Amino acid sequence: MLSALTQLLIFQLTGEIIARGLNLPVPGPVIGMLLLFVALVLRGGPGKELQTTSQTLLQHLSLLFVPAGAGIMVHLHRVADEWLPLLLSLLISTLATLVITALVMKLCQRSPAASGDAP
Amino acid sequence: MTPPISEIWVYLSASPLLGLTITLLAYQGAFWIYQRSGCNPLANPVLIAVTVLVLFLTLTATSYETYFEGAKFVHFLLGPATVALAIPLYMQLHRVRAMLLPVIVGLFVGSLTAAVSAVLVGRLFGASLSTQLSLAPKSVTTPIAMGIAERIGGIPSLTAVLVIITGILGAVGARYVFDAMKLRDPAIRGFAIGVASHGIGTARAFQVNEQSGAFAALAMGLNGALTAILVPLLASWLNAV
Repeated sequence: MLSALTQLLIFQLTGEIIARGLNLPVPGPVIGMLLLFVALVLRGGPGKELQTTSQTLLQHLSLLFVPAGAGIMVHLHRVADEWLPLLLSLLISTLATLVITALVMKLCQRSPAASGDAP
Repeated sequence: MTPPISEIWVYLSASPLLGLTITLLAYQGAFWIYQRSGCNPLANPVLIAVTVLVLFLTLTATSYETYFEGAKFVHFLLGPATVALAIPLYMQLHRVRAMLLPVIVGLFVGSLTAAVSAVLVGRLFGASLSTQLSLAPKSVTTPIAMGIAERIGGIPSLTAVLVIITGILGAVGARYVFDAMKLRDPAIRGFAIGVASHGIGTARAFQVNEQSGAFAALAMGLNGALTAILVPLLASWLNAV
């Protein structure tokens, strides 16, 4: 548990240093994730400890968004001012993104698979 | 002699202990309801916990800054948790390899759809220009979205709120959308959730299916990077017309 957490923090720290050092728009933890991914490919998989620790952490990933989510209370008035365009924009855009992304992926997947799998 | 309750409250409300404890309590209560509902997406634990917390903080006249002094310990774990997403991603490596083309096309089309449709619908219904610009990065994870909003002339704190609402909308609605489309592949479902609604959608995907979760995490990471490049270009075009 402790060594796994330390590993995760080291990758995050490295990601943070790279992001700031190179002035990248991507946040440190995302770069840390990519670095860990590369390390796993090179190493041929995570150790047992790293695997169980990350599972515990990710099981309650939604908990980690709660503090930021409660920040909504600071901006309630701003949201109230333009609530209609905001609500419609978020609703329609989220729906469109889900549908269109899934649809193009399904189309891309089907065409080569269909020709390859056909008897 | 016991001190009056108001004195105890004065101590508690200034201590990080309270913010941390109520965050965990609200979440566990919300998660209990979520599980009781058979993991119904409408009973999204983030939505319930945030609602309870905002009500509690408003009723007790506690400022968000005071609350965050305690809640920041939970917030901090977002960083290592993001790094940890590499592990489920690695476990799905063979599936990601096999789906390279749909992943790349889905990423580009989805990323553009998320930003362009948010701006256009906002503009159509009379949102101000700064609000339109704040809407553009709403589908990517909070720190990236706020950075983009700042760079293109949006309002970063408004963007943060819009990001959270988008995440909850995606986590709540995705199942109904995909079921209506008769789409079953957990990889595609996960990836589309990740593109549309970042980490909150990814959290929901993990609760449903390991493979969905891994693809959502992949989409979240890739879309964050791509949006950081695409949206500033889109914004300069928006400012020109």
